[in-house]
Amino acid sequence: MKHEPVHQGRLKSPFHSRLESLDTVNEWHQWKGYSSADQLYCSDTEYFAIRNATGVFDLTPMTKYRITGPDALDYLNRLVTRDMAKVRPGRVAYAVWCDDNGQVIDDGTIFHLREGEYRLCSQERHFAWLKAATLGFDVTITHETEDVAALAVQGPTSYSVLSKMNLEGLEELKPFGLMHFDFEGSELMISRTGFTGDLGYELWIDPDKAEALWDALFEAGELHGIRAIGTTALNMARIEAGYLAAYEEFLPADETIRTGVSRSPLELGLDWLVDFKKPNFNGRRALAEEKRNGSAWRLVKLDIEGNKEAHHSYIFSNAKARGGQIGFVTSAVWSPVCKQNIALGTVNTPHGKPGDTVWVEIYYQREMHWNRKMAKATVVDKPFWFPPRRGATPPGPY
Amino acid sequence: MKTYDAIVVGAGHNGLTNAAFLAKAGLDVVCVEKNDYIGGATVSRNLYKDWWYSNCSYVCSLLRPEIYRELELHKHGLQVTPYGGSVQFMENGDYYGSYHDEEVAYREMARFSRHDADAYKRYSADTMRQCKFIRDFLLSTAPDPTSFKPKDLMEFARIGSKFTGMGEERMHETIRFWTMSVAEYLDEYFETDVIKAAFSGSGIIGTALGIHSPGTAYVLLHHYMGDVDGNVGSWGFARGGTGAVSSAIAGAYQAAGGELRTESGVEQIIVKNGNVTGVALENGDEIHGHIVVSAMDVKRTFLTCMDKNDLPEKFHKRVENFKIRGSSGKVNIALDGLPTFPALPEGSSLIHSDMHFIDSMERMERAYDDWKSGTWSQDPYIDMVIPTLNDPTMAPPGKHFMSCFVQYCPHQIDGRRWTQEEKEAFGETVINQIANYSPDFRDLILHAEIRTPQDIEDEIGITEGNIFHGELTMDQLLFNRPIPGYAQYRGPINGLYMCGSSNHPGGGIMAAPGANAAREILSDLRRPNTVPENWGDD
Repeated sequence: MKHEPVHQGRLKSPFHSRLESLDTVNEWHQWKGYSSADQLYCSDTEYFAIRNATGVFDLTPMTKYRITGPDALDYLNRLVTRDMAKVRPGRVAYAVWCDDNGQVIDDGTIFHLREGEYRLCSQERHFAWLKAATLGFDVTITHETEDVAALAVQGPTSYSVLSKMNLEGLEELKPFGLMHFDFEGSELMISRTGFTGDLGYELWIDPDKAEALWDALFEAGELHGIRAIGTTALNMARIEAGYLAAYEEFLPADETIRTGVSRSPLELGLDWLVDFKKPNFNGRRALAEEKRNGSAWRLVKLDIEGNKEAHHSYIFSNAKARGGQIGFVTSAVWSPVCKQNIALGTVNTPHGKPGDTVWVEIYYQREMHWNRKMAKATVVDKPFWFPPRRGATPPGPY
Repeated sequence: MKTYDAIVVGAGHNGLTNAAFLAKAGLDVVCVEKNDYIGGATVSRNLYKDWWYSNCSYVCSLLRPEIYRELELHKHGLQVTPYGGSVQFMENGDYYGSYHDEEVAYREMARFSRHDADAYKRYSADTMRQCKFIRDFLLSTAPDPTSFKPKDLMEFARIGSKFTGMGEERMHETIRFWTMSVAEYLDEYFETDVIKAAFSGSGIIGTALGIHSPGTAYVLLHHYMGDVDGNVGSWGFARGGTGAVSSAIAGAYQAAGGELRTESGVEQIIVKNGNVTGVALENGDEIHGHIVVSAMDVKRTFLTCMDKNDLPEKFHKRVENFKIRGSSGKVNIALDGLPTFPALPEGSSLIHSDMHFIDSMERMERAYDDWKSGTWSQDPYIDMVIPTLNDPTMAPPGKHFMSCFVQYCPHQIDGRRWTQEEKEAFGETVINQIANYSPDFRDLILHAEIRTPQDIEDEIGITEGNIFHGELTMDQLLFNRPIPGYAQYRGPINGLYMCGSSNHPGGGIMAAPGANAAREILSDLRRPNTVPENWGDD
């Protein structure tokens, strides 16, 4: 019995042919084994497609698991920190799951597709962990990353685009809701979710129908400024929305080598996702103790003075850097839509309370020469970008 | 007659390293070697026409980069090139390959088990954590737990703070890790037999233990804790074969003014009035020295090359009982061309990798059973590489050198010396196993060198041909290595030192025992230290 070798290079997503035909710059990176575009024409233009019209992002490489069986709800409630009983069929929940020490393994979205049937979507791959957690539950977990093609359709005109696709009832879909439609005989699932903090949807379909869906979508969007986008533009939008990214704002705890480099949900500003009223969930005991004794770290959103992006900067409590650094920036960007110099960072408590002033040490290069600036930054509470259209139901035509 | 500052016995890589650091400190050093070539088991031999054989040690990862740099080994001809991957041929015609590319490696593992593919990251992180812990202590002397000297106390404090810094759960895991078996360790992560078999090999190479024997998880670590250019766990080939390592160290030693004498086997280390005064050579010559540093294994040093009356009774007994069992053989082959492996896809990168022909944990353990019964494994674990795919200097163009490391192979057969027929049958077992997966292999063989542990002992001098100079079990590691109370490179006689792999941190081409011993010697002699400090990972 001769075996074909496993594919040696980067995989192509079911949308690859369409991305490739639009691509003008040939800038790709590897995302979970797939070729994924950094940008297709110009990341700035693509960014403004998200904020000004509609940007379409191929999120097929996102890890997906199907969770079914009589105990699916109990299982998930044991797995994640929030109360999944409150997430009814047709709803989507952002969630984190922890190890026994209350350290975040990953975050992701859980789609309650139908009664007792869930899809869990995450950045990282966790089959071994999810399987181990099934102990004592009648539940089946299926890895389905390759079986579902997915697109994010994000931006103010995204509803206008989709409304042309004969999707009855879509106008009633609220944020974090999902609906099933028929698309050329296949089931098209649409959720009102995304990674941009704007009005937007995610479309989930059989890979065989991926190209047809793309074509229909781009035809519908032709007059609404629809554009394919790459990761660079998406990442700008996600920082503006204050969303976390694995390997940026936290590391999957089970992959850390050093102690003290992982984070708990409380340290990531996700207290609202931890429901201590639940009798048991992974990490509950450790998190309850942390809640009593206080956390070591705090995730901060920083509004930084000036216009020099604060990539990888140390954070200090004062302009003179006395007392040493209190943390560091994890993601930074100049926000074109807010005209603001923004960043996410992690600082030692008690620093970093909303309203606090901190200082970031910025190194920036001008014509080969490096310069240093200590910039004042204010810790803010709310996402940098949170437009009313994000929640409007039915959404306007924009 | 001249009296040297130091006589180093044995020009293997540790002896040479030790001698080089002593010479760099300005000592008048002579390094004596019994063979007419240097390197000991770190050697390239021209045994057939234009072929150079790495006929003992064959890959390189553990060599401390601090030593590499300090001795400027690149200026003395050393170049280590990393290679990647491994393959496990399976009885059902399939194979399990491990690839350098993380995603391709993932896909291949997922072909057998999605669970295992996803578990690999946790396995990798947990193993790397143990590596990180031990790596910090390779280039330092193990502290004596009974000592109240500030140096020992400080080193213990350093280990203690690294250890407690791991946090409670990881401290528990670490304690458990150091004594558990590689099979139990792998069971915590993986469910697929062939994947476990693939990883378990590193737990038994060079060891007279089976995959289910306690302590083999550490042996796995011993094979993971090295690095090539900072990539921990990665292995490489020395250009020109493994002998390039020892000849480069010898180059650095001679550049520092050191003297090298081959064909000068030591008959006895001479002791007068409780002090070492020199060595008597097998050829009848005597060399006088203020100190003698033995790079030989601990048994050969004290049981063969010393008078029992010069040694403390209990120490002598401990040396007698030191575990140093022959468990590995080698078959080195000159090939007329590159053999094909039909199970592999055409053009597969796996031809460049480590090849193995055992696909289950059961077969791994059965291989050990044969050894326990006093004979070689009928179905052995072979670690096979073809370095000439990477190195153009070891064989003529289009021709190849193949190195087969074979586990298990006993020092003696049923307690007596090997016969020529048995040795040939052992070679045949190895060739057969490979030929099962490569139909043209046998016809390509031009010359084969078959080496049992007995041969390695006879030629190189290592007791029982044990590649690590003694088992890497907890009772013989760190401050227990080689013998409690003598783990700081000082022998039981004034002026007698030990710098071979029987000492902390153990075997493999690491050069750390040689360097650590040099640091202790220079400290005793109140000379400036020439041995570099551990760079550290953090």
